[in-house]
Amino acid sequence: MEKLFEDFSLGLFFWQAILFIALILLLKKFAWKPILDSVNEREEGIKNALDSAEKAKLEMQNLQADNQKLLKEARAERETMLKEARDIKNKMIDDAKGEAQEQANKMIQQAQGAIESEKKAAMAELKNHVAGLSLEIAEKVVRAELSNKDKQLKLVETMLDEKSLN
Amino acid sequence: MRRKISLKPITLLLLLITFVSYGKEQEVHGEPKTDRKTEIKEYIQHHLKDSYDFGLYSYTSDEGEDKHVGFPLPVILWDNGLKVFSSSKFHHGESVAEVGGDFYKVHHSKIYKVDGADGKILEDDHHHATNEKPFDFSITKNVSLIFLVFGIMFFMFSRMAKSYKTNNGMPKGTGRLLEPIVLYVRDDIARPNIGEKHYKKYMSYLLTVFFFVWIVNLFGLTPIGMNVTNNIAITLCLALMTYLITTFSGNKNYWKHIFWMPGVPWPMKIILAPIELLGTIIKPFALMIRLYANITAGHVVLMSIVGMIFLFQNWLGSGLSFLLAFVLAILELLVAALQAYIFTVLSALYFGMAVEEHDHEEGH
Repeated sequence: MEKLFEDFSLGLFFWQAILFIALILLLKKFAWKPILDSVNEREEGIKNALDSAEKAKLEMQNLQADNQKLLKEARAERETMLKEARDIKNKMIDDAKGEAQEQANKMIQQAQGAIESEKKAAMAELKNHVAGLSLEIAEKVVRAELSNKDKQLKLVETMLDEKSLN
Repeated sequence: MRRKISLKPITLLLLLITFVSYGKEQEVHGEPKTDRKTEIKEYIQHHLKDSYDFGLYSYTSDEGEDKHVGFPLPVILWDNGLKVFSSSKFHHGESVAEVGGDFYKVHHSKIYKVDGADGKILEDDHHHATNEKPFDFSITKNVSLIFLVFGIMFFMFSRMAKSYKTNNGMPKGTGRLLEPIVLYVRDDIARPNIGEKHYKKYMSYLLTVFFFVWIVNLFGLTPIGMNVTNNIAITLCLALMTYLITTFSGNKNYWKHIFWMPGVPWPMKIILAPIELLGTIIKPFALMIRLYANITAGHVVLMSIVGMIFLFQNWLGSGLSFLLAFVLAILELLVAALQAYIFTVLSALYFGMAVEEHDHEEGH
C-alpha cells in the first residue's frame, strides 16, 4: 500500500485526466455519435424493411385468402346457377310435357268428338241408305207384286234371303 | 493506393520492434550468472516504472559503458515558476540537471530538488528521499504513450465515422473490424447492465474507456516496454471517472437504497447506511486495484520467465522457459482484452445501479 502511494505520480494523473476527458469529448463528437447514429439508422432501416416485408407477406396472405373466398363464392354461384338452370330446364320440360299432354288430350278429345260425329253421320247415312234400300226394295216388291204375284213373292223371298245373307 | 501507403509505418514499427527485442537479448549475453539475476530484477523494476526519456533499449558497450538508445522527452516542472527542459539533461538519471539556478536529480524515477551540481539525495531510515519534490507535469514515457493512443484512437474512430457517411451507412476498412466490437460494447455491455432507457448517455464513456484500456494494455505487451495501466495514477483516474459519473447520475432511488434501504427493519437501515456508503467508494477502488494489479502482475511474471531464459544455461531449461513465456504472452494478450472488458462491464453495472428505477418500492 505504501509502495502504491509512493508510485503515485501527480503529473501522470494530471495528463491522463486531461487527455482522457478530451478523448471522450472529441470521440463523442467525431466518432461515437456519428457511428452509433449510422448504426442505429441502419438497424432501423433493416427493421423497417423486415416489418414491411412481413406486412407485404400478410397482405399477400390476405389477398390469397380473398382470392380463395372469391373463388369459393364464384364456385357456389356457378353451382346455384347450374342448379337453377337445371330446375328451369326440368320445369320447362315438365311444362312442355304437361302442355303436350293437354294438347294431346284435347286432340284426342277432338278426334273422339270427330269420330263420334262421323259415326253419327255414318249411322245417319246408313239409316238413310237402309231407308232408301228399304224403299227401293219396297218399290221393287211393289212393282213385282204388281207384275207377278208368284214372281213377286219369289222375289221377296230371294231378296229377304239375300238380305239375311248380308 | 492509400491503403498501401498507410501500411508502411506499421511495417516499419514491426521491424523496429524486432530490432529492439534483438538488442535486449544481446545485452544480457555473456555475463556472470549472479550479476545477471540482480540485473534482471532491476531491469523488471525499472520496466514497471515510468521514465523521463523514451528509451527503446540500453546495452553495455565493450568498454563497460552504459549506452541508451532512444530519445529524450520534455520535462515540465512547477517550482516557483514553470520550468521546461529536455530530459537529456539528466543523462538517464546519472547527472544533475541545472535549470535557471535550480538543480534537479532523478531518484527512483522521480525528480527531486538538490542543492547543487553535485547535490545528493538525502534518505531517511526507510530509504525514502527527504529532498523537496517539485510539481512534476513532465511528458514522461507513459504520458507520451497516452498521447500516442489518443492520436491513434482519434484517427481510427473518426475515420471509421467518416466511412459511414461516404459508404452509404456501412463502415469501410478498419471500421469493418471495429464495428462488431463497438456493437458488442453497446449490446452486451451497456444495454443489459444499464437498461434500454438510459444506456445512450454512457456510451461515449464506455466505448472510450474500453478501447483506451485495451489499446494501452496491448502497447504494454510490445517490447518497447511502455506500461500505462500498471501505474496507479492511470487506474485511479479511470476509476475516479466511473465513480464521479455514477455519483452524479444517481437518482432518488439510488440514494434511497444507500441511506435508507427499503424493505428492511429500521435498525438494519441504520447499520446498512454506512456500509452502503462505503460500498460506493469500495466499488471504484476495486476497479482501480484490479486493473493495476492484473497488468502489473502479468508483466512481472512474464518478464521473470523471459529472464529465466537467460538464467538457465542449458537448452532444456531455456527452451522450456521460452515455451512458458510464449504461452504466457498469449495469455497476457487475452488478459489485455479481458481487463478492458471487465472494467467496462463493471462501470456499466455501477451506472445501471445509479439509474435503476424501481416500480416495486417494497419489493425487496
